[in-house]
Amino acid sequence: MDKGKCALEPKSAAVHYANGLQNGFCSPQRSSGSSGGSAAAGPSVAGLGCSSPGSSCSCSGSSGGGGHGCFESLHHHVLQEQQHNGSPAKRSRLRRRTESVRKNRPPFPWFGMDIGGTLVKLVYFEPKDTPAEEEQEEVENLKSIRKYLTSNVAYGNTGVRDVHLELKELSICGRRGSLHFIRFPTQAMHSFIQMGRDKNFSSLHTTLCATGGGAYKFEEDFRTMADLQLLKLDELDCLIQGLLYVDSVGFNGHPECYFFENPSDPESCVKWPCCLDNPFPMLLVNIGSGVSILAVYSKDDYKRVTGTSLGGGTFLGLCCLLTGCETFEEALEMAAKGDSTNVDKLVKDIYGGDYERFGLQGSAVASSFGHMMSKEKRDSISKEDLARATLVTITNNIGSIARMCAVNEKIDRVVFVGNFLRINTISTKLLAYAMDFWSKGQLKALFLEHEGYFGAVGAFLELLKSSDDPRDDP
Amino acid sequence: MADCARKGRTRDSMDKSITLPPDEIFRNLENAKRFAIDIGGSLTKLAYYSTVQHKVAKVRSFDHTAKETEGDPLYEISVQEEITARLHFIKFENTYIETCLDFIKDHLVNTETKVIKATGGGAYKFKELIEKKLRLKVDKEDEMTCLIKGCNFVLRNIPHEAFVYAKHADSEFRFQNTHPDIFPYLLINIGSGVSIVKVESEDKFERIGGSSIGGGTFWGLGALLTKTKRFDELLQLASRGQHSSVDMLVKDIYGGAYSSLGLTGDLIASSFGKSATTDKEFSKEDMAKSLLHMISNDIGQLACLYARLHNLSRVYFGGFFIRGHPVTMHTITYSINFFTKGEVQALFLRHEGYLGAIGAFLKGAEEDNPNQYSWGENYAGSSGLMSVSPDLNPMQRARSGTFDMLEMDRLERQLVNLPLLQDPSSYVPDTVDLTEDALAREYWLSCFEDALDGVVKRAVASQPDLPQAAERAEKFRQKYLHKLQTLRHQPFAYGSLTVRSLLDTREHCLNEFNFPDPYSKVKQKENDVALKYFQKVVMSLEKLSWEQRQFALVRGLLAGNVFDWGAKAISEATLAGRLLQRMAGKIEDNSGIDIILGVFPFVRELLCRGTEVVLASNSGPALNDVTNSELQILTERIAAMDSVIQTALKEDKLTLVQSGSSSPCLDLSRLDKALATVVLERHTDLVVIEGMGRAIHTNYYAMLNCESLKLAVIKNSWLAERLGGKIFSVVFKYEVPFKSQELKQ
Repeated sequence: MDKGKCALEPKSAAVHYANGLQNGFCSPQRSSGSSGGSAAAGPSVAGLGCSSPGSSCSCSGSSGGGGHGCFESLHHHVLQEQQHNGSPAKRSRLRRRTESVRKNRPPFPWFGMDIGGTLVKLVYFEPKDTPAEEEQEEVENLKSIRKYLTSNVAYGNTGVRDVHLELKELSICGRRGSLHFIRFPTQAMHSFIQMGRDKNFSSLHTTLCATGGGAYKFEEDFRTMADLQLLKLDELDCLIQGLLYVDSVGFNGHPECYFFENPSDPESCVKWPCCLDNPFPMLLVNIGSGVSILAVYSKDDYKRVTGTSLGGGTFLGLCCLLTGCETFEEALEMAAKGDSTNVDKLVKDIYGGDYERFGLQGSAVASSFGHMMSKEKRDSISKEDLARATLVTITNNIGSIARMCAVNEKIDRVVFVGNFLRINTISTKLLAYAMDFWSKGQLKALFLEHEGYFGAVGAFLELLKSSDDPRDDP
Repeated sequence: MADCARKGRTRDSMDKSITLPPDEIFRNLENAKRFAIDIGGSLTKLAYYSTVQHKVAKVRSFDHTAKETEGDPLYEISVQEEITARLHFIKFENTYIETCLDFIKDHLVNTETKVIKATGGGAYKFKELIEKKLRLKVDKEDEMTCLIKGCNFVLRNIPHEAFVYAKHADSEFRFQNTHPDIFPYLLINIGSGVSIVKVESEDKFERIGGSSIGGGTFWGLGALLTKTKRFDELLQLASRGQHSSVDMLVKDIYGGAYSSLGLTGDLIASSFGKSATTDKEFSKEDMAKSLLHMISNDIGQLACLYARLHNLSRVYFGGFFIRGHPVTMHTITYSINFFTKGEVQALFLRHEGYLGAIGAFLKGAEEDNPNQYSWGENYAGSSGLMSVSPDLNPMQRARSGTFDMLEMDRLERQLVNLPLLQDPSSYVPDTVDLTEDALAREYWLSCFEDALDGVVKRAVASQPDLPQAAERAEKFRQKYLHKLQTLRHQPFAYGSLTVRSLLDTREHCLNEFNFPDPYSKVKQKENDVALKYFQKVVMSLEKLSWEQRQFALVRGLLAGNVFDWGAKAISEATLAGRLLQRMAGKIEDNSGIDIILGVFPFVRELLCRGTEVVLASNSGPALNDVTNSELQILTERIAAMDSVIQTALKEDKLTLVQSGSSSPCLDLSRLDKALATVVLERHTDLVVIEGMGRAIHTNYYAMLNCESLKLAVIKNSWLAERLGGKIFSVVFKYEVPFKSQELKQ
């Protein structure tokens, strides 16, 4: 959580934030909310996005005063300084550190990439504090990359910059700027590599940090087509480090995390922001094309509990086949207008009401797509209803598996991430409901604003780490 | 949700054109009472209780005190009618329901029945029709309760009910032994949805979870995707498809395996993932296959999560999604293996389709207390498990209107484990599983086929005075021949195929056509002859030294077994045997020379040494084996000649017990409870099992808690050769239990 920025943000945001805090996901000492750099960061944030396993370095998100020095703190144990950063002496010490880091930081451009089965997620850091003389020194193709990425919101036919997710005023390795979030279909990967070649990307001598399966699949293509060497990173490591980092810096003064209040009641179900304080242990459910479920006990202690192949790819794949739609957005739009009960067979369709012997409500789904066994119903069903049923089926199934895993692992906080949840409130609400209802309130579903980008952020953090010399630690 | 996919073809017009052959289905309707019906999505299962009039051969002792003339038979044999209880279960397609109801109405004589128990999703739909046609009140029973009751019943009463499915193994089906304790277990019922039920005891069960992604999803979604209407056709499509063209595999994302997580490249990362990103047409087959994998994997995963949470390792799968379909059994098995890394085995049931009907029937028959009896599958009247694998049996699939049957005979006693079994849960009676051993299977099937002429002749000869003996014998021949042919194609039809099951099937078929005891007269003659020599044999044995006598006794035991007239008369393949115990010993044996001149002198010797002996013999006839009632008479006669035997009987040192079996082989896990009790009371410390049927075809590897002696003469050259010996070689296997000292404590 970026407490420093929090104080700088307009009041409304701070109030909003405080509201989130009141909902019980925040350790008590943090409910003061606005006091930048308070000791509150202490144990709860310690270790977030830490550079090297086993080190005790920590990051409290941002230094309250300077508005910079967030990320270098990761590497240089400046927690102490940050906590007492009111004094000018300390500030200058911090500046000196910043200078020292400058020598160590990687050359621009800074990218992190997560090449998934369906989507490529790209994060790009745009420095905004570049001195004029440096800007003049900036090589032409570096500049053109920066201009291209930051002045557009769409790239080619399929690339998109999620402008609303941009993290502003970030201080990373002594540089201030924005983190941009860009995605494009994995199918366009070869065009992307082509572009890298055309823009002579390799001349920039940057390390391209990549995670996700594509880092392996396309490694050879990067090398042979564009003369680029990938630094391949494990996707689950990146996911966790990226998630913890974004949560720690917050979302432009707002909390990154949110949940639904009254998930069981559609009327009063509302989204509330909250803090992911004391995040461990958590069950992390990453819904991409497929689903991975991790039990995370600390920043670098986690295990993959299980996974399922019924994920976002299944939703979109089935929707495409059933309705002829072509994009995720289209599929969701249709789903929003549809009614799954025309497709699914409910308990009451079979038993005429509740199945009391087993305590099943009449409104529970007994058989997904069960009505479609009948030819008449198949012939008269709408695409919207089919899209909705597909969405509900996949979502409920993920919820069900996640819930069982949470019970088996004895973890009561379930964090859902992944691009399946992008612009998908039907699913987020359904997951929140499923966790709450089937666990009789024991389980809490949490969501994060940057849904699908944590792997890319994790890869990006590795880039900064890779240039860091551990011996430089004080 | 249970079996409630009730769409399918129920809207098709009722098929009234078929005529039902009354000899073959809905048998014994005259005496039928207690009906139950389970109407599912496409199949109806009807259950009723009936009584069967059997001819039985009874032996009755003459009053020998009055006249003791040479040449008079020892006892009288009369064929009498006996009434036994039988459960009938018939499964047929819903389209025939009206025809079937009419048929039942026309043939039902018994009018006491007022109520029919009904369950299944379709029960309410056909309620009026049933009430109108049968004039019975439909009494609905909870579906899941019936299912569980039925499941408990088959697990307890039908050996080899449960099996593991292994598509690529030598034998597709690996049958499980009946566990002495069937609880707790998990039942995953995959109907249109999925119910996961934990069963802890006869009456205690709980639905611990479920899923809406089930058979209905496969059917509904499959029909949408492939425009294929029927469930079976969808499965067929799936069996021909390639899922990797539709699914996104790990290697599609990674280019290979994701090795740090141990995920292989062929693993499905995202079901239907390629249809989201690739702009092309997918074949129906591939989509059906992908869908099948998606659903099977999902159910398998949930099943594992629940099994782990509740710490259960026995997981049975049922419901219309499974129902004998090799394709779904394979994908479910694969999924369970993947998710539990082999810790949990997916188990399937041979009579899975009948569970609801059995349960509903049992609900209605509670006052008869069916659980106090043991029941046995009647191989003659049951259809057995049919493979629906398209490649295994292409004809079977195409045949619609098939009536599948299960008949179970009530055994008038409770059957239990021999208390001396070292590990009842791992005890396998049969020495060779012919399902797995193709070579042996081929031999024995041919052997039984070759012997059939002789059996038919013998059967006719046994009933010179009874009507239509020749016709009935011919019918028997046809029936048994058909069974053998079925078993050739589907060795797994009645569980593991064994020499024992082949013999038992033959006995069941003989009974079916009222040949209860074809050997009764032969046995009578042999017994008469042998009795005359008993005293001479005893006297000559007395003259020998102790050591010589022991050899002579054993020789006698084995020799009696060789001069097995039955074996000579019919073929080398027919078997007999005996089981004998010292200190409460046990015998089951051929009649005549074997029992009288082989076993009795041996028993007498034991008695002389002060050993108590328990003689166990078959409850019902099987080949030329002595039955308990015959043995009673023989013993009486011998006691009249021999004071040792007489005293032993008087002082309760020699006890005759029936084994509960009517087979030439012996299943030590299904013995008369009375025998088990005697064995315990008398602290039996030696079990003698003798004869090919009981000591070689079965129990050769049986491990007992006490000393045991298994002896037999190999009377079959093929088998002798297989065991590395010659015909008439002797097996004399004396075993001392490994931990006998500890176990005795």
